[in-house]
Amino acid sequence: MDFQSCVNIKKEWDIVGARQLGRDIARKIGFGTVDQARIATAISELARNIYLYAGTGKVCFEALEDMNQKGIRILAIDSGPGIKELSQVMEDGFSTSGGLGAGLPGVKRLMDDFDITSEEGKGTEITVIKWLR
Amino acid sequence: MDEKLKNVVLEHSDDIVKMWLEEIDTHKKNDYTSTISEEMFESTNREFVNVIFSSIEKKGLSSDLDDFSERLINLGWPLSYLTDGMQVFRRVVTGYILQQSEKIDSDYFSKVLREVDDWVDPIINRLVNEYSGSWEHIVSLQRVALQELSAPLIPVMENITIMPLIGTIDTERAKQIMENLLDGVIKHNAEVVLIDITGVPVVDTMVAHHIIQAAEAVRLIGSRCILVGIRPEIAQTIVNLGIDLGKFPTKSSLRKGFQTALELTNRRIEETQNNDKDIERLIDSLDRE
Repeated sequence: MDFQSCVNIKKEWDIVGARQLGRDIARKIGFGTVDQARIATAISELARNIYLYAGTGKVCFEALEDMNQKGIRILAIDSGPGIKELSQVMEDGFSTSGGLGAGLPGVKRLMDDFDITSEEGKGTEITVIKWLR
Repeated sequence: MDEKLKNVVLEHSDDIVKMWLEEIDTHKKNDYTSTISEEMFESTNREFVNVIFSSIEKKGLSSDLDDFSERLINLGWPLSYLTDGMQVFRRVVTGYILQQSEKIDSDYFSKVLREVDDWVDPIINRLVNEYSGSWEHIVSLQRVALQELSAPLIPVMENITIMPLIGTIDTERAKQIMENLLDGVIKHNAEVVLIDITGVPVVDTMVAHHIIQAAEAVRLIGSRCILVGIRPEIAQTIVNLGIDLGKFPTKSSLRKGFQTALELTNRRIEETQNNDKDIERLIDSLDRE
């Protein structure tokens, strides 16, 4: 998989950087304002998870184009502590940090495809895709 | 030995300056100086090289150097101009000295290099420090300015206060919003607080969480909070994320929120123009009778 551009997440302000880059790419692909907001919000959630739980990681973007549809793929990857119970974090209202616990299930609803792999002690990798309709 | 090298350089300063200026001129073609006029560039070059020589001569950093760098910073010259200039100077001087010497062995060569480094490096360090110092100063000033803007509170009328939020909300700012909100509610004796998020680009779970907490805290001290300025796309993402904002009223625009706030404080807007018309109509009808 060849990603066009990546943003390293180290500081809280890197979340904003990732969000802006993602929004720009989404706009170039042709997403409307509502989908741009969805994509920006999803990036914000993924990048914040990296910042909060793993400390460092990166968020990458790729414009997708095949015969009949266009879209954006976003990869959030870190080598943090990993997630113990994947099914648990996908439940609404589950949070280990006192937040709303809407982050990951919310991202899943904001985007079209959602894929997560995580290994305890190794890190987490989340890929999401939004198709242009 | 050291003195000898220095004298060589100082005696032949004219040649070195000439070589330096030529080389700098080739640098000029490819970058940063497109916006700087020819005469300006040349006079600055002359001044730069004089400053370098005077600090070598005096065997220390002169106040000329500080003045010079300060002026360039104020004019907005790039740091790369100065570092390039010093690197070129190092190259030119080393080359010149080696050219002038009769016998060159590795010992002599490394000695020359070290000597030239001793002249050049302190100047580079000083220039870079001056530049980064001025940047740090600007950044810290802007941070303070941004902080002052980050959570403003406007008491528009008795019992009604507005907090307009513009731009990204991070944890630091969320904390300030909470503090200013609660301080302001007490200070202005506000019954209703409007939080306007028209200018907030993205509302994710963290931002929503902070807003919910702030509204809850406002409720605890006996006031009411209305969230206004929710754009349609933001409303959709909030629903998608599954965030529950049902605990306090929300409105699409500040105007509607303000009307609600008036209702909550038992007031309403009356247009005086219409009243005048009513009176006119009354007088008209009286006249007709």
